[in-house]
Amino acid sequence: MASCYFNPIPTSSRLISADLSTKFNIPKLLHRKKRFGVLPRSSKVTAFYGLKTPPYEHDALEPYMSKKTIDIHWGEHHRNFIEGLNKQLEKDDILYGYTLDELVKVTYNNGNPSIEFNNAAEVWNHDFFWESMKPGGGDMPILGLLEQIEKDFGSFTNFKEKFTEAALTLFGSGWVWLVLKREEKQLAIVKTSNAICPIVWDHIPIINLDLWEHAYYLDYKNDREQYVNVFLNHLVSWNAATDRLTWGEAFVNLGEPKIPAA
Amino acid sequence: MAVRTLLTRKTLSSFLRNDPKPIGTAAISAAASTQSRDLHVYTLPDLAYDYGALEPVISGEIMQLHHQKHHQTYVTNYNKALEQLHDTVGKADASATVKLQSAIKFNGGGHINHSIFWKNLAPVREGGGEPPKEALGWAIDDHFGSLEALIQKVNAEGAALQGSGWVWLSLDKDSKRLTVETTANQDPLVTKGPFLVPLLGIDVWEHAYYLQYKNVRPDYLKNIWKVINWKYASEVYEKEAYLVNQEDRP
Repeated sequence: MASCYFNPIPTSSRLISADLSTKFNIPKLLHRKKRFGVLPRSSKVTAFYGLKTPPYEHDALEPYMSKKTIDIHWGEHHRNFIEGLNKQLEKDDILYGYTLDELVKVTYNNGNPSIEFNNAAEVWNHDFFWESMKPGGGDMPILGLLEQIEKDFGSFTNFKEKFTEAALTLFGSGWVWLVLKREEKQLAIVKTSNAICPIVWDHIPIINLDLWEHAYYLDYKNDREQYVNVFLNHLVSWNAATDRLTWGEAFVNLGEPKIPAA
Repeated sequence: MAVRTLLTRKTLSSFLRNDPKPIGTAAISAAASTQSRDLHVYTLPDLAYDYGALEPVISGEIMQLHHQKHHQTYVTNYNKALEQLHDTVGKADASATVKLQSAIKFNGGGHINHSIFWKNLAPVREGGGEPPKEALGWAIDDHFGSLEALIQKVNAEGAALQGSGWVWLSLDKDSKRLTVETTANQDPLVTKGPFLVPLLGIDVWEHAYYLQYKNVRPDYLKNIWKVINWKYASEVYEKEAYLVNQEDRP
């Protein structure tokens, strides 16, 4: 146990198809610090989590999201969350044993977040955000995802309107999400402040949009509405969303109840 | 729609006490059932300096966007929310009235906070960055040890603030104590305590510095002191700290 390896790729990456994973910048596997007692030689811990690269080149979302925005957003903001988290985990004997999902949930601490929550959740949110977009995105969802959206929002147009409205009425920094709610067995739009990630309420995220000003200010200045429209019309990856919904259906039965024939 | 707007503008008023510009003087009979009061419309205050006058600390582009776009949007949406409030109050619709409170707090707070912020800044040639003297200077030494210590505290709390918000040098009118406070989003300082008066408020929303400082908020905080208008803070301090009867003082 003490010398086991820790996989630095957070669990959310299981949703990514194999060909994309070759593009990830996977850091060297690192020794995990011994929980008790003496540290083995060469066990200097430098990272628990690695900075996952977006599944496309930084200029691949041009002109809708500039290379400069991704360079800074990923290379500075996202990286700082990772580094901040790794520093915090280095000091904690317990928390480094969790997966990222578990870490986010446990540090949320039922609404009284511990200091690690912000970094952990922001790492989760940003990993998820880069994968929520793709070059040539936008378009329409298809098949099961489209049907579910139509079922839960009336129509795809309605969904887009509700998503946009949520984004424009979020006060301050935060995120807008399309999630699958387990109990209600339906899709819903939720807004979260600052770092909060809806897995803390046990929702299954399908899509997220970063509404911190740093996500759009270099490209759109104060025009958040244009940014949201561009996201929905040109960036959002309904492929990723479909994968995530399919995964979610392992936990949530979205079908009609099957009544046995008499 | 236009008629409705006129109606509501005509008759709303009493929530607003500062810098209002009354509009809609024409009497509209349909509005006569409610009290006949003018709806005051908030307007964007002018700056006392040019957009480029704070360079190189804050770029002209940031100042212009911040004032003409961000602050203007808070003003516009505050006026809208107040119109809606007038409607819902008129209809005695309690739940709709209560529902408006977040928009009023956010947009009204945005207007209040930015109006203070512009006054907290001054170009260097007009005294920006000159340390506070006399009463406020002494009070800062008393409470924080030195101006330098205060600056460090503000910078640390401003940098640590999660998300968007403000960091304040606050005077408690009641106890006369100076403290450093932070508020989230556009919450005005008074949400932290009924007696708190802002002497100095620094906007740490990303829109306040991103075009120039990107993700390095600490650099923005470090630099902004070069254009802080301590004269304004001193005036507010002297006015507010001595308002209460002298015998109330220890």
